[in-house]
Amino acid sequence: MTNHWIDIQNSDCILIMGSNAAENHPISFKYVTKAMEKGAPLINVDPRFTRTSAKADIYAALRSGTDIAFLGGMIKYILDNNLYNKEYTAAYTNASFLVDESFGFKDGLFSGYRKNSGDGPSMGGYDKSSWAFQMDDKGIPRMDKTLKDKHCVFQLMKKHYERYDIDTVVKVTGTAGKDLLKVYETYTATGKTGKAGTIMYAMGWTQHTVGTQMIRTMAMIQLLLGNMGVAGGGVNALRGESNVQGSTDHCLLWHIWPGYLKTARASNDTLEAYNKKYTPKSNDPLSANWWQNYPKYSVSLLKSFFGDKAIPENQFGYTWLPKVDDGAVYSWFDLFDAMYKGNLEGFFAWGQNPACSGSNASKIRKALEKLDWMVNVNIFDNETGSFWRGPGAEPSKIGTEVFMLPASVSVEKEGSITNSGRWMQWRYQGPKPLGNSRPDGDIIMELGHRIKEKYKASDGVFKHPILNLKWDYETNGAYDPHKAAKEINGYFVKDVTVKGKLCKKGTLVPSFAWLQADGSTSSGNWLYCNSYTEKGNMSARRSKKDAANNIGLYPEFAWCWPVNRRILYNRASVDPKGHPWDDKQWVIKFAGESKDGKYTSKKWLGDVPDGGWYPLENPDGTRRSDAKQPFIMRKHGFGQIFGPGRADGPFPEHYEPLECPVEKNYFSSRMVNPTAVVYSTKEDGHASCDPRFPFVGTTYRVSEHWQTGLMTRPQKWLMELQPNVFVEMSEELAKLRGIKNGERVLVSSARANLECTAIVTKRFKPFTIGYATVHQVGIPWHYGWRWPATGTEESANLLTPPAGDPNTRIPETKAFMVNVTKL
Amino acid sequence: MKLDRRDFMKFSGAAAAGIAVSGLGFDLKPVKSHAGMLKTRYAKETTTICCYCAVGCGAIVHTSKRGDGRVINIEGDPDHVINRGALCSKGSSLKQLTENENRLTEPMYRAPYSDKWQTVSWDWALDKIAERVKKTRDTSFETTNAKGQTVNRTTRMASVGSAAMDNEECWIYQALMRSLGLVYVEHQARI
Ligand code: SF4
Repeated sequence: MTNHWIDIQNSDCILIMGSNAAENHPISFKYVTKAMEKGAPLINVDPRFTRTSAKADIYAALRSGTDIAFLGGMIKYILDNNLYNKEYTAAYTNASFLVDESFGFKDGLFSGYRKNSGDGPSMGGYDKSSWAFQMDDKGIPRMDKTLKDKHCVFQLMKKHYERYDIDTVVKVTGTAGKDLLKVYETYTATGKTGKAGTIMYAMGWTQHTVGTQMIRTMAMIQLLLGNMGVAGGGVNALRGESNVQGSTDHCLLWHIWPGYLKTARASNDTLEAYNKKYTPKSNDPLSANWWQNYPKYSVSLLKSFFGDKAIPENQFGYTWLPKVDDGAVYSWFDLFDAMYKGNLEGFFAWGQNPACSGSNASKIRKALEKLDWMVNVNIFDNETGSFWRGPGAEPSKIGTEVFMLPASVSVEKEGSITNSGRWMQWRYQGPKPLGNSRPDGDIIMELGHRIKEKYKASDGVFKHPILNLKWDYETNGAYDPHKAAKEINGYFVKDVTVKGKLCKKGTLVPSFAWLQADGSTSSGNWLYCNSYTEKGNMSARRSKKDAANNIGLYPEFAWCWPVNRRILYNRASVDPKGHPWDDKQWVIKFAGESKDGKYTSKKWLGDVPDGGWYPLENPDGTRRSDAKQPFIMRKHGFGQIFGPGRADGPFPEHYEPLECPVEKNYFSSRMVNPTAVVYSTKEDGHASCDPRFPFVGTTYRVSEHWQTGLMTRPQKWLMELQPNVFVEMSEELAKLRGIKNGERVLVSSARANLECTAIVTKRFKPFTIGYATVHQVGIPWHYGWRWPATGTEESANLLTPPAGDPNTRIPETKAFMVNVTKL
Repeated sequence: MKLDRRDFMKFSGAAAAGIAVSGLGFDLKPVKSHAGMLKTRYAKETTTICCYCAVGCGAIVHTSKRGDGRVINIEGDPDHVINRGALCSKGSSLKQLTENENRLTEPMYRAPYSDKWQTVSWDWALDKIAERVKKTRDTSFETTNAKGQTVNRTTRMASVGSAAMDNEECWIYQALMRSLGLVYVEHQARI
C-alpha cells in the first residue's frame, strides 16, 4: 500500500476491484465504513456479488480477466470529458514527456516485438529502444507542458485508449453499459483538486497473464486524477499474509536482495560493475533520483552478510554470493518446472504449502516425487510434507526422504511483522513453544551452525561464503530476534564522521541517509534502517497520539518504512509552492519562512516528507533550483503514466486470458498477452474456446479460511463454519446442468478434476460477451486432502493453469476454463 | 463528555499506574494492557499481531502462569489503533491455532519408499539435513556458467517460504540460503 489501512477513512471515493475486502480483509471495513459515513461512495467491481458488493453504493459485474478493458474505458472517459487534474498531471507526471518518434502500436503489438522462437516459456518480448524518451542536449527528458505534441505521452495515451469506447468495453467485460458509466462518473469525480479516490485491490488483479498491467492501468488513473501521495488516495494492494510485506521487503525471491536491490547477474562480474549497472543516473538537478544511493545500500548489505570478513580487498564478499544467468528466470513456476524435469535434488518448504498453493498443483505434487530430499517446516502436517501418501501417490515408488520439522506459532516467539500498510509491528512471546516445536529463528540458526561445522570439519567446495557468513544472532545459545532486528537496521562498524557528526563504532545507524558505500556501515536492509536505533525498538511503540494533521497517521504507533513515512509520495500532496491540495485533510505542508517572495528556511509539518527539500516554487512563483520533483524513486522524478519498464508495453492493453470463452479479442487480433509465459510439459495442459470446458472459472477466499487453509482447516470452529470445497454458480447455470444446491458435482479443467459441493446463488449472473452468454463459476482455494481427515476436500489449484504474467510470473489463477457436471 | 475506553478505565479507578502510561507516549517496554485486568489474575499478558491477513490487527494473549503455562484466551486489543479491539473470524480463533491437538510437536522423518513417519530427535534431523545440504551443494556447485562467467551457485537445491516468518527470521533465513549459493529462493509473494 502506498497509504495504509486507517487512511482509507480519508477517502472521498473508494473503488474495490480485484479484491473482496469485506470478507478477506474484514477489519479494513472499519475504515471503509468510516469514509462512507462521511459521504464517500463505495464502488465494487467483481465477477461475483460478494459481501463487499453488498455494502457498496455501486456494484458492477465484469467477466474475470477483463479489468484492463474496464479501466482503459475509464481512461478514455477521463480524457474525453476533460476530467483529469490538469495541474497535477502536468506538474508531477510524465504526461508531458516526448517519446521517441519511432514508438508505435499496431494491432495489439507495440514497436519492437519479437516472438520467442527458442526454448523457454516466454511467448515473446520487446526490444524497447523505441520506447525511450527524447532527451535534450543536457540529457534531460524533453517535455511539452501544453501536452499537445503528438509524440508526448499524453497524446500517445489518448490515441491508445481511443479504441476503448463504451460499446467495445461492454462487449468484452459483459458489464451493463449503465453500470460502467455510473462507475466512471463517480470515480472520476475525484479528479477535482482537494478530492481523493482510493483503490483497494488484491489477488484479483495480480493473478492474470496481464496482472501487472491491470494494476498499472489503475496507477495511471490515479496519476491522472491527482490521487497519488494524498490522504485517502494511493494505490493500495491488500496483502494477504501477515508478513508477506516484510518477507518481500527482505526479498525471499530469486530476483532481488533485501531492500529491493537487484540479484547479481553473471555479467556483473565485480562489485563495481554491479553498482554501476544498477545505479541510475539523472542529469536533472531537480530529480532526487533516490536510487543514486544504491552503492551505499549494497555495500552496507554485504557488511551485514559477512561482517568483519567483508573488506574492500575482497569487494566486501560480493563474489561469494550466487549470481544468476543473464536473461534467465528462476521464479516459482520455473523452479517447479525444473523440479518436475528432475533437475533438483533438495528442497525446503518453510511455512508454505506448494502442493495446494501453486497453480497446476498436480504438477507440483509430481515434481516433489523427483526429489532426493525435502525439508518441510510447519505448524501442521500438510499436503506438501505428506505428498508421498497423498491421493494417487504410491509410497513404495517414491524415493524422496522427508524431514518434517515442527515450528512454533507466532504467539510462542518474539519478533516483528510488517502489515500491508508497511507498519512494522513487534510481537511478544506468550506461552513457550508447544512440545518440541521450535521457532523458525532457532531452527535456522541451528541449521546454519551445523552446516558451518561440517564445512569447518571437512573438505567442501567454495567454503568462503559459509564460513564467513556473520552468524551471531543469539544470546545464551538461543536465537535473539533483537540482534537480528539491529543488524537489519545497521551499525556504524567503525568510528566515522557523517554530516559533521562523529558516529561511534558499534552504535546503530539512525537512518539510511547515514549509510556509506565505503564499508563503514552495515545494514541488512536499508529500507528498515531507522527501525531499531539508539532510541530503541521503534516497531514496539504504542502511542495513540496523532500527528498535527490529525488524519490518523499515528506516527508513534509501531514504525513504518521508509523512515516512518506513512504516506508514500506525499510530496505530491502539495502544490509546487508546498501548499496542500487539500487544506482539510493535508498530509504535509511547507512551513518555512519567506522573504521578498522567496523561501528562506526549510520546514515541513505533518508526515515525514518524501525528502525535506524546498518546494519546487517560491511563494512568488519563481522556480527553485534546490528543489526536487516528488516521485523520488523514479529516475526523472515524475509519476509514470508511460511505463517503459514493463515487459508487455508502456501502456496497458487488453488481452484475453490464456484460457478464455471468446474466439475474438475486440481490441486487436492478438488473443493472449504476446509476452505471457506458458509452460509446456505434459502436465501443463491448457484449452481455450474448447467446448469441453465452456465456463469461466476463478478462485477466491472466504473469511473463515486462510490461503491453502493449513492454518484454519485443522481448527474446529472454522472448519465447522466452512467444511467443504464448493463451486459457486448462478441459478441459470445450475438449471442448464440440472444441478441442485448442496449436491456434489465435478469441476474439470484441462489439468484435473475436482469434486465440489454445488452452491447455487444469485451472486453469479451469466454475462453477455459479444453476442454469446458466458457462465462463470468460482471455487475457494482453501482445501487439501490432509485436513479434514475425510480426504475428500481437495485444492482448487489442481484446476488452475500453467501460465503467468511476463513481469512477475505470477500465475493466472483468477481466469481459466472449466466444465461443471453432475456426479 | 465523551469517554474512550481508557478514560473510562481511569474514571472507574481500575487503571493501575503502570498501565496508565503504557498507551501514552513513547514506551518501549512490552506493553501490558488494561484489558487484562478483567481477566484472571494468574495470567501473563502479552500483545501480539494477528498471524493471518496483513491488516495487522492487535490482540492480547493471556497465558497461564500456573500449570501447563498455556494460552487461556486471545482477544482483540482495544488499544491497537488499527483494529481497536475488533477481530474477524480468523483472528478470533487464534487461541485454537495455538492450543491445537493437531499441531506437530516432534520432528519426523519419512525414509525413501517408506509408508510412514517416524519420530526423530532434533539433533538427528538437523544433522542429517546439514549432511544432505552439504552433499547436494558440493556435488552440484557451479563456480562458472556455460559462458565461463563466475556464478558460485547451486541450482539443484531450492527453498520456498516464508511469509509466515517474522522479519528477523526472514532476514537470517535468506542470508543462510544465499550463503549456500541458492538461486531458487521464492515465496508466497510470487503466487
Ligand atoms: S483479525 Fe482478521 S482482519 Fe485482522 S489481521 Fe487477523 S485476519 Fe486480518
